[in-house]
Amino acid sequence: MFRKLTLAAALTLAAPAAYAAGAEAHIEDFDFSFEGPFGSFDQMQLQRGLKVYTEVCAACHGLEQVAFRNLSDPGGPSFPEDQMRAYAEFYEVWDPALFDGEGDFRVATPADKFPASSLSNAPDLSLMAKARAGFHGPYGLGINQLVKGMGGPEYIASLLVSYEEEPECAANMEVPMDGFYNSAFPNGGYPDECKYEDGSHKYPGSWIAMSQPLDDGWVEFDDGHANDLHHMAEDVAAFLMWTAEPKLVARKQAGLTGVLFLTLLSVLLYLTNKKIWAPHKRKD
Amino acid sequence: MSQAEDYQGTRRDFLYYATAGTGAVVTGAAVWPLVNQMNPSADVQALASIRVDVTDVAPGTQLTVLWQGKPVFIRHRTGEEIQSAQSEDDIVETMPDPDARNENINAASLATDENRTIPSPEGEGAGAWIVQMGVCTHLGCVPLGDGAGDFGGWFCPCHGSHYDLSGRIRKGPAPRNLDIPPATFVDGTTIELG
Amino acid sequence: MAGIPHDHYEPKSDFEKGMQKRLPVIGLLYDTIMIPTPKNLNWMWIWGIVLTFTLALQIITGVVLVMHYTPHVDMAFNSIEHIMRDVNGGHMIRYFHMNGASLFFFAVYLHIFRGLYYGSYKAPREVTWIIGMLIYLLMMGTAFMGYVLPWGQMSFHGTAVITGLFGAIPFIGDSIQTWLLGASSVGQPALNRFFSLHYLLPFLIAGLVIVHIWAFHTTGNNNPTGVEVRRTSKEDAAKDTLPFWPYFVIKDLFALAIILVLFMAVVGFMPNYLGHPDNYIPANPLATPAHIVPEWYFLPFYAILRAFTADVWVVMFANWISFGIIDAKFFGVLAMFGAIAVMALAPWLDTSSVRSGRYRPMFKWWFWLLVVDFIVLMWVGARPAEFPYDWIALIASTYWFAYFLVILPLLGVIEKPDTPPATIEEDFDSHYPAKASGDAAATPAE
Repeated sequence: MFRKLTLAAALTLAAPAAYAAGAEAHIEDFDFSFEGPFGSFDQMQLQRGLKVYTEVCAACHGLEQVAFRNLSDPGGPSFPEDQMRAYAEFYEVWDPALFDGEGDFRVATPADKFPASSLSNAPDLSLMAKARAGFHGPYGLGINQLVKGMGGPEYIASLLVSYEEEPECAANMEVPMDGFYNSAFPNGGYPDECKYEDGSHKYPGSWIAMSQPLDDGWVEFDDGHANDLHHMAEDVAAFLMWTAEPKLVARKQAGLTGVLFLTLLSVLLYLTNKKIWAPHKRKD
Repeated sequence: MSQAEDYQGTRRDFLYYATAGTGAVVTGAAVWPLVNQMNPSADVQALASIRVDVTDVAPGTQLTVLWQGKPVFIRHRTGEEIQSAQSEDDIVETMPDPDARNENINAASLATDENRTIPSPEGEGAGAWIVQMGVCTHLGCVPLGDGAGDFGGWFCPCHGSHYDLSGRIRKGPAPRNLDIPPATFVDGTTIELG
Repeated sequence: MAGIPHDHYEPKSDFEKGMQKRLPVIGLLYDTIMIPTPKNLNWMWIWGIVLTFTLALQIITGVVLVMHYTPHVDMAFNSIEHIMRDVNGGHMIRYFHMNGASLFFFAVYLHIFRGLYYGSYKAPREVTWIIGMLIYLLMMGTAFMGYVLPWGQMSFHGTAVITGLFGAIPFIGDSIQTWLLGASSVGQPALNRFFSLHYLLPFLIAGLVIVHIWAFHTTGNNNPTGVEVRRTSKEDAAKDTLPFWPYFVIKDLFALAIILVLFMAVVGFMPNYLGHPDNYIPANPLATPAHIVPEWYFLPFYAILRAFTADVWVVMFANWISFGIIDAKFFGVLAMFGAIAVMALAPWLDTSSVRSGRYRPMFKWWFWLLVVDFIVLMWVGARPAEFPYDWIALIASTYWFAYFLVILPLLGVIEKPDTPPATIEEDFDSHYPAKASGDAAATPAE
């Protein structure tokens, strides 16, 4: 019963901050193209990520903050408009204005948004890459986040590649664990059998309700790009970073421009300041 | 004043101007987004252009769709209606509003039936489709269609404006012909508005 | 305006003379902007301008954000995402506002500690200090209510926790909490009223800022020596001071530009570093985030709130002496507000005859320990409430109170202060020893 409760808590809110003493969930530091002050999204990677989302994730998870028209936005997957329209037409949306105000389904248009999750316990993925953090600490000092970034996409990709065999301690339990063992998932259910006496965990991660959603070769890419699990996890994580922060590139450009201009202004103000103060400093 | 002092003064002035100028540029760059944010946002702009499927609009019927918060009449005219409308082209200059009021063509065009209709898709005769804002040019009521009024086109019940089969004002208080929004066929059965 | 003797505004043209008779606003602005300012102010005297700028930044970006925000439980979260995705430049404006709150508190803490070190709170500047503390309290309220508006998980559950503090007040607590929320729990009434107040309070802050400036324009600025400007004559005063414009305006703008470079870098490259990922999850009353942690600027006082648990002897004693009315929860609340109250009382707790910490050899040590203490409290406030963090929090909280209630009063009696310079002019000139000083920093570095 207790295991079910903790699992239920993990289902509704899989917050990543783990304070599990002992084995910490391991988050791999993927090398994404959008990292760093000059980083930007890799258009082909986002297109592959959309394909993984469409063929795998979309079965349960929604993307309700993203509009189909966004797929053609510059800096994103940048599909040509006809391809974006064709993609949108795969979806049906509920339009309350149809059927004399009673509402009806119609084919989606570019202005419509992706549908919401179809399973009540599957969270919407639009903001997942910002709602999770892969990196912490050490000791709450925030240094890892500063150096590596918040690690949202890293967390997603790590989660997808970290489905593993259940550890032996859990294999022979009378009532088997609900869910699936994942060494990167921090806050799910965890059996007492796999804890040391002081309560710390013998193995990293915990049990997650979602079964392994993706594996080698499950999605074929038109451009023949590698479709092993590791690559696809990286692609879909990058895509979800774009859905969470579509203005990332514009933001970094604005930041850089601002930093440069303000630095110039600082230098000029420094010289001006020095100049106007000079006569008042004693020079005798 | 010696030359050296003069030079000093120029250099100092230049520094002050450069600082003030850079400060003004930075301030301006900061103010612009605050102004620009009031322009239509991306989701509003996305609705500025919609596509309407007219497969089911048979000749002699019309479809009313909502575009940018206003009704748009899309009428599929029969051959008779086209002929009737075209037959009045020769008196167009004596009509209350001789201008085409068509955003798709030159603003100075005459309100002939040809100038009031949109180019038909392939395989259909000219003048088959007329697309107009469903807003009376008098005070903004929505006119009745399907042959209403003395001229067989549209009739505004609010103050009795009569429009003909080309949507031209013929009788009543309305000052202008019904406005024609930007509209084109993107394929055989789809009209893009805006 | 009373204050340091200086040249006042003289209307010249006929228009200026006419205006001065009818509405002396030019004169008011002139006297404000030309106020004689101690010329030895160092780089810790820039935070006032930074704070004024940040207040303006927050009000302007806030007014703009309101044009696109919807204070409704079903729409608030999505309207923020609408700003982030669809509004022209909306993502930048929102990130400016979000990180602007952090800049605000970063600057206000340095401003407060500047005041604590140089004795800016001491007579005759007590009123300035008290108004400053009121501004700080309003800032905290405004920041808290602003954090509710995105209606994410942290917004929702943070609101529940913070309003729960008022629920800890004996007898009337529950009624107060219900009154604050307009319901028995956090929901639409709370969101709507916090939105209203979040819009209102910044304007109250702006009003208090004007009074804050008025107060110290009357007493004159404090300065690193704590020695007053000579007011015997205009000529004497002029030896100690320079007009605010252009000398300090340009200096402050230079400092502001440097700070904005850093701020821009944070907004551009790591805008979510200081936030919580959980707030990108829409509010869900059924699931509490694993770790509810306030924003970093509340952490020191949050640590004090949590430090006093039921097994601490002071709490047990308070509980016994009050016949159980003061329980651990209420004690924590009292401690948190008390921590700010003792700071506000500093003008009367400090007994030293010397104003500036620069001339107080023992005080210096205790002061820097207080700074470290503040940082430790900030760190420990985000750690789980378990050993050893609970002990660290308790010790650090105790030092906070001890500094104000014990150390400040005692130091004035037992410490033998150094002799400050006789005049500000003397201090200023001592930073620029004879010759080759042109390249030194424009103002004395502390």
